[in-house]
Amino acid sequence: MEGLSTAPQLASWLFPGQVLFWAVHILGVLCFVYIVVRRLTPLMRAESDLRFDRPLLRLKNVLKYWVGQWKHPRYKLAGVLHILIFAGFLVLALRAFTVLIVGVWYDFVMPGLSGAVGRAYETITDYAATVVFFCMIFAIVRRVVFKPARYEVPAKFGKARKADAIFLLCLIAALMLADSLFEATRAAALAQSDTAQSRAYLSLPWLLQVVVMQAPSATIGAFCFAGYFAHQLAFYFLLGYRPFGIQFHVETSLFNVYFAKLDREKLKPVRWGVSESQLEQVKSFGVKTFEDFTWKHMLDFYSCADCGRCSDNCPSHASGRPLSPRFLSIKARDYAFQHYPMFGKAGNGQALVGSIYSEDEIWSCTTCGACEAECPLLIEYIDKIVDLRRGLIDNGNVPQSLQKPLKALESRGNPYGKMEKKRADWALAPTFQPACPVKRLDKEPGANTLYFVDSMTSFDDRMQSIAQSTARILDHARDDFGILGAAEKDSGHEARRFGEELLFFALRDHNTEAIQAADVKRIVTADPHAYNALKHDYENLPPVEHISQVLARELRAGKLDFTPADRDQVFTFHDPCYLGRHNDVYDDPRDVLDAIPGLKRVEMKRSRDRSFCCGGGGLMLFYEPKEEERMGVKRVRMAAEAGANVIVTACPFCMANLEDAVKVAGLEGEMSVIDLTELVDRQIARPAPAGASKVQKIPQECVIGR
Amino acid sequence: MEILVCVKRVPDTSENEIELNRAGNDIERDELVYSINEPDNYAVEEALQIAAKTGGKVSVVTVGTEEDEEVLRREMAMGATHGILLADLAFEGSDGRGIASILKACVEKGSYDLILTGVQAEDGAAQVGGMLAAMLDYPFASLVTSIEVLAEKKLKITREIEGGNREVSEIDLPCVLSIQTGINEPRYVGMKGIRAVQSIPIATYSGPDLGLNSAQVGTAAAKVTRLDYFVPVLGKGARFLGGTREENAQEVVELVAAKGGLK
Amino acid sequence: MPRIFAYIAHKNGVLDDSAAELAAAAKKIDRGTAVTAIILGAGPALDAACTEAERVYPELWKVSGESFSYPNAELIRQALMKIVPEGSITLIAHDHFGIDLAPGLSIKLNAAFVPDVTSMQPLQADSLQVVRQEFGGQVSAHVRCDVSSGAVITIRPGAFNTGEVPAAAGKVVDKSAEVGMLSAGRRYLETIAAETSDVDITKHAILVSVGRGIQEKDNVAIAEELAESLGAAVSCSRPVVDAKWLQKSRQVGSSGKTVKPKVYLACGISGAFQHLAGIKGNPFIIAINKNPKAPIFQVADVGIVDDVLEFLPELTSKVQELRAVAAK
Repeated sequence: MEGLSTAPQLASWLFPGQVLFWAVHILGVLCFVYIVVRRLTPLMRAESDLRFDRPLLRLKNVLKYWVGQWKHPRYKLAGVLHILIFAGFLVLALRAFTVLIVGVWYDFVMPGLSGAVGRAYETITDYAATVVFFCMIFAIVRRVVFKPARYEVPAKFGKARKADAIFLLCLIAALMLADSLFEATRAAALAQSDTAQSRAYLSLPWLLQVVVMQAPSATIGAFCFAGYFAHQLAFYFLLGYRPFGIQFHVETSLFNVYFAKLDREKLKPVRWGVSESQLEQVKSFGVKTFEDFTWKHMLDFYSCADCGRCSDNCPSHASGRPLSPRFLSIKARDYAFQHYPMFGKAGNGQALVGSIYSEDEIWSCTTCGACEAECPLLIEYIDKIVDLRRGLIDNGNVPQSLQKPLKALESRGNPYGKMEKKRADWALAPTFQPACPVKRLDKEPGANTLYFVDSMTSFDDRMQSIAQSTARILDHARDDFGILGAAEKDSGHEARRFGEELLFFALRDHNTEAIQAADVKRIVTADPHAYNALKHDYENLPPVEHISQVLARELRAGKLDFTPADRDQVFTFHDPCYLGRHNDVYDDPRDVLDAIPGLKRVEMKRSRDRSFCCGGGGLMLFYEPKEEERMGVKRVRMAAEAGANVIVTACPFCMANLEDAVKVAGLEGEMSVIDLTELVDRQIARPAPAGASKVQKIPQECVIGR
Repeated sequence: MEILVCVKRVPDTSENEIELNRAGNDIERDELVYSINEPDNYAVEEALQIAAKTGGKVSVVTVGTEEDEEVLRREMAMGATHGILLADLAFEGSDGRGIASILKACVEKGSYDLILTGVQAEDGAAQVGGMLAAMLDYPFASLVTSIEVLAEKKLKITREIEGGNREVSEIDLPCVLSIQTGINEPRYVGMKGIRAVQSIPIATYSGPDLGLNSAQVGTAAAKVTRLDYFVPVLGKGARFLGGTREENAQEVVELVAAKGGLK
Repeated sequence: MPRIFAYIAHKNGVLDDSAAELAAAAKKIDRGTAVTAIILGAGPALDAACTEAERVYPELWKVSGESFSYPNAELIRQALMKIVPEGSITLIAHDHFGIDLAPGLSIKLNAAFVPDVTSMQPLQADSLQVVRQEFGGQVSAHVRCDVSSGAVITIRPGAFNTGEVPAAAGKVVDKSAEVGMLSAGRRYLETIAAETSDVDITKHAILVSVGRGIQEKDNVAIAEELAESLGAAVSCSRPVVDAKWLQKSRQVGSSGKTVKPKVYLACGISGAFQHLAGIKGNPFIIAINKNPKAPIFQVADVGIVDDVLEFLPELTSKVQELRAVAAK
């Protein structure tokens, strides 16, 4: 940018304001610093969080998610809008600083932006300001006229903040306008002193320049001063106002993305930096008061932009449960603002559950991860829910419906309270055992594969068919496999996510010992919750795979042949949360399905990482939520909408929820649910035994007693 | 208010199938999981809630052996301050009256305003609370479903009676109450709580500590003795339908229509 | 032979069913001994009760007093202490009142105590052998009681067949003076009636009754659908009320309602005696339960071993088929 000394009028128009401008600068910066320091206060009292490792990986995330706005296009219109605004802000940043400084130091030129580079930059920023300005208008219209549903604030969550949002949009528009006016008047001044300067053609500054050019010099001077001052005021007002609302994300987003969690699949430990053996020293587990959150979680609360994408995808919220991730953040943020005010003492230590959060809200989460998959700011939710649950458990504040299965897990190693010795009874069913004897590794260790069955599949009458199908699949692949039988306890996946960390440790340690004693080279499971637990929550185990991955590999190796599918059936695959979203296994099950000749498959609108949770697994099956319509019911309707009449899933909990939902939704006879293993088992082309029909069809009801 | 709750460690009957052992003289105990008698757990929760309101401590006591300490610890993890084990070989074979005598001696060692028990245990006898009250000459009420502390050493209690009706009475302290399930929602006791109380000492008293002799407790003093367990030879019982589910349903519909007259 | 007494409970002058059952139980202990009834109460209600009791008992001890107008176990215990001779056998029904009265009474009378007895052998010398149940009815036990210093025995309601008790012309002895004035540390205030709901299960001819086997609150709807198709009402056992899946007004049992339907479908109910105690009038009982050893199959007329969650919908569709056919 050229120095202003080439336009003496410009300098003189600004000169009288120099003191004023200095004052605003100093006041503005001081206020901002004060506000930021106050906002940082709770973070100083927060629990520690280890986020300073792997800086290169973190920078990569910043490039992808912050600069690259990677998640934004998931909502196309809002996404594009935001990308434009964000790009505009980045581009305008240098210009903004330059303009601010110019008021007190007229000759200032931003290093690197002189000459041709400077002029090119001017052109770009002119258009940037224009784009941002019109984006603001568009955004305001969108809020006022089109009112996207996800911005609504239901009464139970507090007051609507629409007015505030529109106010901020207007302010930014005003900032752009003021800046453009200043640039326009400056260009007019320079044009008058013979150095032809024009703003970028058809940009906002250009339009303004055309208008002001007509005016007499003194008027242009007034507009220049006004534009400058307005810009300065708007800039500092926004700077000071942003930390009081969702716009704080403008400042915090960079840090929030930088410090975002790198190992998403690993749950937060009770305390960062406190190893398991040291846990005895921790008197209180979990989050009970605001200060129990880590500083990064508090930063998350500040950074929430209230965009509502998380809640829009939250299945609990869709079902009418009291949970909405967005409000989890906003309420905590409001709590922080209220209890750490700008002036006066910070009031801390109030219990969160019972004041800003209700117990049902915290227990309603199925930890499906849809919220985290959506959030453009990489805000973490699952760790917070687990931490809040740890706090409730620590206080003994657990719904009666959950106390029984937790106690049963402790005393019998399964949430049903059934006897350990019956865990492998599914393998003894007379219709199953003769054709497919299953090795018992607790009695005789040593095999290639351990089939980890887990509690639901072992004990539930309906799910035992999954175990049998899985066993037959492994048998067909001629894999040397076995099960732990009575030595197997629940993987503890849900116990941990419901906040019972110590119970989880007990189950984990027991299972780890049993698995190591079984002497196997790999573990296979058909239960995504067990898969997730063994893979990420456990340590020192042989590699773990889900049965769909095993099948896909068999397929690629050409070792799997299928008989043709039923022509009357239209299949759709429901991605289990803990297979798909949490572990990125999307294609393997689909490849398997597509390998079945003639199988008609459709995709639901919400699939892959947008899959809609079936209702939750493990302990969630025992919880009695207050809801309007079950998640499972919504899901089966989605399947029907997609044109399917068979839902294929790869998780026993999905199976339980969806089969139940088919009945509740009144779709019996029109929709059925089948597990991937059951379908594969049915369709595998097996060599016919002598005297039997060409293809051996396994009866679908191979359950004990039936 | 100092409250004493008498608890018992019993086999967990909800999923346990109780069967006779091979010798036929007892139930098969090998695979049983034991836990606190459910009504006793409700009693401890009630005691904790009362103590929280009035100030004071809750103690839990059981008659048994070292094995029974685990239920004392569990209730201490819930919030009870003291655990007391009354253990002596001489106590074995005691009938209900014997147990009540042992508990009476323990009550007299301390100073309690209120004594609670669960309404009954796995033997369905529902006797110890009433006996203890009579031995101490304290007023008694069974099947209590709500307790309200009134001023001046009195309680307002509600008892469960037939037909779902509720009987409201006033009772003087000190007294003994037997507590019915459903009176409250017991708090959860997690593994962390149990670990935390693992090493707290539990006061243990033997017969001589309590001033009891064999005329009052144990097999010799027992007037009621269980001779064996058995499963009665079943009478005719129900006629079982053996068809497919559809056939059975059809037959049931016809029976209902015939017997009840479908409208 | 020790004297045998039976505590007779009554409400508003009408004897409880247990009155006749205790007489039958006494006969089991010793056919020859004349059992004495003890009735406490006040005013016309007491007189009416005595009149009825005279028909069953050869001797009646009556205690009249204002403090007995409502049966307060604490007061009644004191009264009995004053009049029951040492060494007697006292029979009491094992119900809400008996649980309150009997254990303490045995201590005060210095007698042995055996609760909730389902059958008895004749008394032999000082030894009485009885049968009790434990573990919710899953096993029974033979129990021997030393009655040398007397005994207090509570009798399970409905366990003793009243059929063979002969009519007797009772002699009435007024023991009020011996009892005198009493006071107790527990004072009766009032009785709060159970909440009524829109559905009165005591008025339905067919009941679809659910127990723990229904597994979760949402499955109650399966029973409701069946009930609707049958024109019946849904009732339940205690655990269902404790879990808050249904209101207390739907509970059948000794601490719930007493019902007298024509047909009783026990779905996922184990058959604990407290529940069965609420079923009177000998209805046709159809029991569905996964566990073939469930005690309910002892009392049911027809049994189906199946999962209620699967069987009930099948039943519902069969009922609807039948109705569809009938409508044509």
